[in-house]
Amino acid sequence: MSDFATLSDITGEPDGWPETYGEDAKPRMGFFTDTSICIGCKACEVACKEWNVVPEDGLVWTGDSYDNTSTLGANTWRHVAFVEQRKPLREDDRDDAIRWLMSSDVCKHCTHAACLDVCPTGALFRTEYGTVVVQEDVCNGCGYCVPACPFGVLDKRHLPRTEPSPDLLPIFGRKEDGRVWKCTLCYDRLKGGHEPACARACPTASIQFGEVDELRERADRRLEKLQAQGWNGAQLYGRDPDDGVGGFGAFFLLLDEPERYSLPPDPVVTTKFLPAMWRNTALAAAGVVAGGLLAFIGGRS
Amino acid sequence: MKDRSITAVGTHMQSYYGRPVIKEPVWQPEIPFYFFVGGLAGASSVLHVGARLAGNERLARTSLFVGAAADLASPALLISDLGRPERFLNMFRVFKVTSPMSVGSWVLLLSGGASSTAAALELLGRMPRVKAAAEVVAGFFGPPLATYTGTLLADTAVPVWHEGRHELPWLFGASASASAGAAAALFTDVGSAGPARRLALAGAAGELGLMEAMKRRLGFVGEVYDQGVAGKLARASTLCTAAGSALLATGGRRSRAAAVAGGALVLAGGLALRWSVFRAGFQSARDPRYTVIPQRERKAARRGEPRPASGSS
Repeated sequence: MSDFATLSDITGEPDGWPETYGEDAKPRMGFFTDTSICIGCKACEVACKEWNVVPEDGLVWTGDSYDNTSTLGANTWRHVAFVEQRKPLREDDRDDAIRWLMSSDVCKHCTHAACLDVCPTGALFRTEYGTVVVQEDVCNGCGYCVPACPFGVLDKRHLPRTEPSPDLLPIFGRKEDGRVWKCTLCYDRLKGGHEPACARACPTASIQFGEVDELRERADRRLEKLQAQGWNGAQLYGRDPDDGVGGFGAFFLLLDEPERYSLPPDPVVTTKFLPAMWRNTALAAAGVVAGGLLAFIGGRS
Repeated sequence: MKDRSITAVGTHMQSYYGRPVIKEPVWQPEIPFYFFVGGLAGASSVLHVGARLAGNERLARTSLFVGAAADLASPALLISDLGRPERFLNMFRVFKVTSPMSVGSWVLLLSGGASSTAAALELLGRMPRVKAAAEVVAGFFGPPLATYTGTLLADTAVPVWHEGRHELPWLFGASASASAGAAAALFTDVGSAGPARRLALAGAAGELGLMEAMKRRLGFVGEVYDQGVAGKLARASTLCTAAGSALLATGGRRSRAAAVAGGALVLAGGLALRWSVFRAGFQSARDPRYTVIPQRERKAARRGEPRPASGSS
């Protein structure tokens, strides 16, 4: 029953991966984003846009520190968050200091990915590297993955279409792109033996690319070091294969609670409860049958 | 229709400039209309089979045509909502049990195909055996068509939908039954419409009760059903459903006018209910409190910490 992610089988391994790839399977690849050394240069955002030809979707000044991209979406696959706060730098400091936290957010490439589970067309799939990618020639823009993602990563692209509308059934034509886009963990670059553009461009090695198992060990060592130095709030986010999504393929070292960076504190893959939800749906359907038939019994007219 | 009200973000909860954690759905107005007509279609096919079995031919014909019309409207609404309508056939590339939308597409294909076949044969008066088979298929796939949409919404990260997963399929099923009964009562003479009225009344009672039960279970997240556009629609739904039921129950047996007015009100109540649930999802996705506070509480409970103050602002 690997089609279901149930309470008991939320595991550290994606469903069906890597078996389905046989000999073509590769080690699971991902990111470890160490925000303690992020300097907020946004080179990752720029490199991602350039390599993946992600279109410009408007330039605005938000006034929210140095963050003018605001959120991940169809046209932003790396997003650097800027948090200005007064907090002690070290856990045993008595006085507040000014902290400027920066964190480069990205698709988490979940072990149990809600977007992939709910996609009705099979456009979303798990690659041989264990990452989650949208096939843009299959996506029909149903939009189900958008509210299914517990992190708000995916979104529909509302920019004008770049290719002409199909001749067949022109009434179905739309002017906007209409599909869903997100980080591919540079699937094309991985295939060519290169690291993703954002990791390549990161000048401080805040974005580290590698095999997930190895990255987890690296992250553990880094956390130990920061904790030994007494850094306030240092914590790993998404490293644990026992969490609600079975761990992230792209996880983080944060210096404050996740929600401070616009990340959910305890994300759960929505399909975790789906077997029970299907049973409930079937029971409710039986209720509709019972109601419809009982209406004919015992009436006066 | 766009709700622009912004709920204050609690000062005890940290957020990132008050921005939402999850994305608002990108579904268009077609979707709540589909939830309504799809439910109407599904429950109508049950009413149709019941009427056939009971030998109530007038009611059977009405519910067959109502169901087939609603079944035909459904795919048009769904295709129109797609970002790439020309790729609607991609819905049938695969069958995925992990995707309520995939399962629902197949259920709609079978249920809609069967009910429109049955309706066409009824009009033509030909191939009675094929028609009977189509009626059975429609009767089998109609009920899940009426209920799966609740699970489709529940299987998202939207707090007010996901936490309503216990009630949503029942709520939509009850409302669909109410709509099917009401629509049949609207188009059938009062003498033959008895079972339709009873179904409308039972469905309406279920609809009102389940909405209340869902709001209670949702806790503070459920407050979106009292606020903004979702709140207005929820109140309109309750009012229409209750008034329509009262009309059907008191005058529906004698007066055709009362049956028509009551049926229309119950239908309006069902439509407003779908719209209220739809808008509530957007409102709860927009405010990070609804995503973060329950998750913080869950995390704290797992660590054995005392419950943090919730919903404070």
